[in-house]
Amino acid sequence: MIRTTALTKRYGAILAVDGVSLDVRAGDIYGFLGANGSGKTTTVRMILGLVLATSGEVQLLGQQMPKGGRTALPQVGALVEGPAAYGHLSGRANLALLDAMGQGGVRRTRTRRIDDVLEQVGLAEVGRRPVKAYSLGMRQRLGLGAALLRQPRLLVLDEPTNGLDPQGIREIRELLLHLHARGTTVFLSSHLLAEVEQLCTRVGVLDRGRLVLQEDLANLQAPTGRTVVHTPDHDRARALLDGRIEHRDGDRLVIRGADAAELNALLVADGVRVTELGPERRTLEQVVLAATDTATGQVGA
Amino acid sequence: MIAVELQKMLRRPRTWVTILLLNALPTLVAVLLAVTDLGPRPGTGPAFLSAVLADGTLFPLAALAIILPLFLPIAVAVIAGDSVAGEAQSGTLRYLLVRPVGRTRLLVAKLISVVAFVLLAVVIVAATAYVVGSLLLGDQPLAASVSGTTLTPEQVAGRTVLAIGYITLSMLGVAAIALLLSTVTDSPLAAALGALAFLIASSLLLTLDAAEALQPYLPTRYWLSFVDLFRDPIFWRDILRGMGLQAVYVVVLVGAAWANFTTKDVTS
Repeated sequence: MIRTTALTKRYGAILAVDGVSLDVRAGDIYGFLGANGSGKTTTVRMILGLVLATSGEVQLLGQQMPKGGRTALPQVGALVEGPAAYGHLSGRANLALLDAMGQGGVRRTRTRRIDDVLEQVGLAEVGRRPVKAYSLGMRQRLGLGAALLRQPRLLVLDEPTNGLDPQGIREIRELLLHLHARGTTVFLSSHLLAEVEQLCTRVGVLDRGRLVLQEDLANLQAPTGRTVVHTPDHDRARALLDGRIEHRDGDRLVIRGADAAELNALLVADGVRVTELGPERRTLEQVVLAATDTATGQVGA
Repeated sequence: MIAVELQKMLRRPRTWVTILLLNALPTLVAVLLAVTDLGPRPGTGPAFLSAVLADGTLFPLAALAIILPLFLPIAVAVIAGDSVAGEAQSGTLRYLLVRPVGRTRLLVAKLISVVAFVLLAVVIVAATAYVVGSLLLGDQPLAASVSGTTLTPEQVAGRTVLAIGYITLSMLGVAAIALLLSTVTDSPLAAALGALAFLIASSLLLTLDAAEALQPYLPTRYWLSFVDLFRDPIFWRDILRGMGLQAVYVVVLVGAAWANFTTKDVTS
């Protein structure tokens, strides 16, 4: 759906995006992670043809960007760096204007599509109020609604849950999962690890303009081959498992060996009380920190 | 796309406030003239103003002459300066472009919507002035041409329509420079003020004898030539030059705006 090859953007002496090769496949919910200022938004803008690359290529839905934008962009819904709307018009009028621009907004179905998206993003009741009276969260929902207006095959969302309350974040997450289940590919750029962890199937991590990691989330979170045990009897456990304990932190022991069941049987047979036990998995945060630390080391060296 | 831009322009409260303000000064002038009965002596003050005390139906021309040197260009600079920079500032530009709307198309639609605004404003000012002039000012059908001969009311009406067209064309140069600046900066204010600075420079150079060599090329040089439409016979030379000059400004400046906008990184 999105494929970039050695995509690079230079602003004067600053290399904002450096040789990024993204690969977003059909059916992915792709989490594009990176700290503020790491080049996420510039990359998103290059994908959409707003910013022109210094070198490298972007293929969007098989079309070379920015030339193929006329063919590719009507099938893409986008939310880039916060929503925007004409404040003096109602949410509904904003969507109608936007839909009337460019090709692809069929007039016959416009009213129905607008009703549908306002319902989907939870603005059905305020659609007629002028946008300047909207809260930040309502504007965010309207921006998302505008992205959904033409039932796109691909959604490109930059920080879609900005300004939303926890309830709103959950609603948007459910909406995205629902759209994904109906076949929409989602490209989600965010600096919120938790959001990406809950939603995405694949992640790419950008650090200072370079893509330092691109992998299926399931692989990143695969068991590490170690088992974590919580026990109040850690002295006895240590005696029993001598040499297999890699790390102890209070009641928490990290033990070499992936077979949690075998370990459990061993401990219980010896009368060691176990409060919690399971295979160790790395959190996304650990993965991302590790990846960006290595990259920092490389930059330094 | 053009229809959408026109709709956006017409639905903006600011468009109508601007037009209302453009009407305010000529109307005030008409009221003052009617109350005091003190017209400017012939040959002084804005064109046609000395004649309207006798014939109120000439007031549309006087009203246009009042707003032409400053008020109308300010309004045009504000609207045209806002056209792209305003969308950039409010963030809607990026959403237009990913819709997608072609950049060239967007620029053309913006230019057409500015021209439509000028035409609308000029027509409304002329119509209002006709009503105000007929109600408040003299009703002797004077209809004297600037050359001294008499024009029939039909001739006056026809030439007023030509004048409206010419004034609209005269504003194209301002619109083009404001549009160019509007693609350069993301600040509508900077674009509008930049265009005004350009006009003020032009007006100043027109008064300077040392700048005589430049004067035929200044955008404001032929603005008041619409008065020539009311000579008998019509004195076309300056009017044609004025139209040609505006055309050159539009081609060069809109060309530059196009070249800049279509190769620009949209980071707003």
